[in-house]
Amino acid sequence: MALIDVERHEIRQQMMDDLQRALKKPMNKRHWAMVIDQAKCVGCTACTTACVAENHLPPGVVYRPVIEEEVGKYPNVRKSFLPRPCMQCDDPPCVKVCPAHATWKRPDGIVEINYNRCIGCRYCIGACPYSARTFDKGFFYTDGTPEIMDYEKEPSFEYGKEWPRKNRESSPIGNARKCTYCIHRVEKGILPACVTTCIGDATYFGDRNDPKSLVAKLLGSPRARKLKEEEGTKPTTTYLV
Amino acid sequence: MKSTIKILVWVLAVIGFGVGLYGMFLRITTGDRLADYGSYIPWGLWVAFYIYFIGLSAGSFLLSTLVYVARIEKLEKIGKLALFTAFGCLIAALLSIWMDLGHMARVGNVLLHMNLDSMMSWMGILYSSYFGIIIIELWFALRGDLVETAKTGRGGSKALARLLSFGSTDDSAAARAADHAKLRVLGIIGVPLAIAFHGGVGALFGVIQARPHWNTPLMPITFLIGALASGGALLTAVVYIWGPDESKEKLNDIMKFLGQIVLALVLFDFLLEISEFLIGLYSVAPAERLPLEAILHGHFWYVFWIVHFLFGVVIPVIILFAKAVPKGRPDKPAGGAIAFACLLVAVTFIAVRFNIVIPAQINPEIPGLQYAFGGPGLKYTYLPTAMEWLVSIWVTSFAVLLFLIGEKLLPIVKSEHREVA
Ligand code: SF4
Ligand code: SF4
Repeated sequence: MALIDVERHEIRQQMMDDLQRALKKPMNKRHWAMVIDQAKCVGCTACTTACVAENHLPPGVVYRPVIEEEVGKYPNVRKSFLPRPCMQCDDPPCVKVCPAHATWKRPDGIVEINYNRCIGCRYCIGACPYSARTFDKGFFYTDGTPEIMDYEKEPSFEYGKEWPRKNRESSPIGNARKCTYCIHRVEKGILPACVTTCIGDATYFGDRNDPKSLVAKLLGSPRARKLKEEEGTKPTTTYLV
Repeated sequence: MKSTIKILVWVLAVIGFGVGLYGMFLRITTGDRLADYGSYIPWGLWVAFYIYFIGLSAGSFLLSTLVYVARIEKLEKIGKLALFTAFGCLIAALLSIWMDLGHMARVGNVLLHMNLDSMMSWMGILYSSYFGIIIIELWFALRGDLVETAKTGRGGSKALARLLSFGSTDDSAAARAADHAKLRVLGIIGVPLAIAFHGGVGALFGVIQARPHWNTPLMPITFLIGALASGGALLTAVVYIWGPDESKEKLNDIMKFLGQIVLALVLFDFLLEISEFLIGLYSVAPAERLPLEAILHGHFWYVFWIVHFLFGVVIPVIILFAKAVPKGRPDKPAGGAIAFACLLVAVTFIAVRFNIVIPAQINPEIPGLQYAFGGPGLKYTYLPTAMEWLVSIWVTSFAVLLFLIGEKLLPIVKSEHREVA
């Protein structure tokens, strides 16, 4: 059953167009949003891996795990998959608890972390009801081998800045980290890494303030649900169930 | 007996300091990598030690106000000791939480970029004020004796006293009376401050809606009662060992009085605990149940049953009932037993703090999250590592040494002068 009136090949083109329109608006007029269609997700975790590669995530840091759930009893068993990026909550408990104003809600909907200000107290990690934040302890994948490989020291570009891992002390090491909706890519007109790698086209991205955008249309679907809505966090990330 | 204990504490503190240094070395050189807390259980042993010590500090500080504000004559000579104990515990608490930061050098951001929505920022403000009050109070409490030691003392104590008296030279009775008037005012300011900051630590956990085990309005109250019980118990043990040389009867009297206070507080704290367990276990929601079940019959059941329940409640309560409550026979020495019971309460209270911090975090916020992606810290189990223990041992030993040295060099325990006017 076609869930929305878009042909498969049109989806990405439309999202790219949506992005261009949104980027022409002033920042506070757009509100980035992600919609994940659980019926389309096959649980391949391509998004998880693409995210790790895009943001140079070290061991122990993950922005978008895909949680598997088995439903039913044999022979009527199904698997359901829940990719879990940051919800970019409109009322984010992580922001409220931060003692150093190191994390805040941007006008375009992204919850940003200033790695250079974050003291690494991990209060926000405990306060996030989705466990969307992880702690960067400064591990490398090539730890325990004769040499830490150079590619692990390459910078990530989160929030449009450069964050190299030259040593084990400088930020983002020692900080709380989380999904940024790949805002560094988005602001250059490129879709988030998870969106472009999703083999099932299960992840949509765009400006929810633009009624013509794909995400805005999907947000009006009767299948649209938010995760743990009862927490009152007003998540931006939305699931189609 | 007392001098043997004193020597034993010295020896333990020196060994702890030395051994703990290795942990500090590892903490400085390897950051958080050798610690077991991580992303899904972000807070571990050091946070538990932090609330443990800050509770001890708040408790003994609040008891010091019995001397300076309520002016209970019986306790007149232990005011300074209470303040100094509170000071030592405050240092240990601040060091514990400082070690826990991913960026220790940025601790100032808590004040520099303060967020008044964050209980942690409030902690920054309240601790700074408390630190200030305690230092000023200690100074006024010691001033008269410092001036006197500067005039009549010998050696290191004399030099230190001269330095610390900051040019003050008047140790007349009138000047001391003026000091006590100031102490009363400071104590009156200190009471709401101590209630605010320790209730505030409870609130720091209580406001975390994502962790139902913490998210209860009773949290600040539980923290305060726990602070009074553990801090009071510590102070009682300290008074017995380092307190002023009193006649046997008088010491017995003081110990019984303090012992009764501690007994009442331990029982009240236990009542709160029972209420928390009964209500929580009635629930069928895993987020409510799991932490309590983990406490009662998880891997670390003995932390609750043996360390806390047996050694922290049952045994001390029996001893205190037997020794601190009976009237009559004031000649029968009870101090040692009361001090022992209180020491048990104070030391085992770390188990209570541990069970507040860790179990609340073991319930996955999204079921199955731990299987979705693996890596260090992406798990819902926690066992403090050797490095974490060593750091906590160092911090504890450091504070104990600070106390021991201060007690030796400063006129903390001087019996000649009345503190209650
Ligand atoms: S999902 Fe968690 S980290 Fe993301 S905005 Fe909401 S509370 Fe903050
Ligand atoms: S870990 Fe960083 S971002 Fe999170 S609450 Fe602490 S200072 Fe703020």
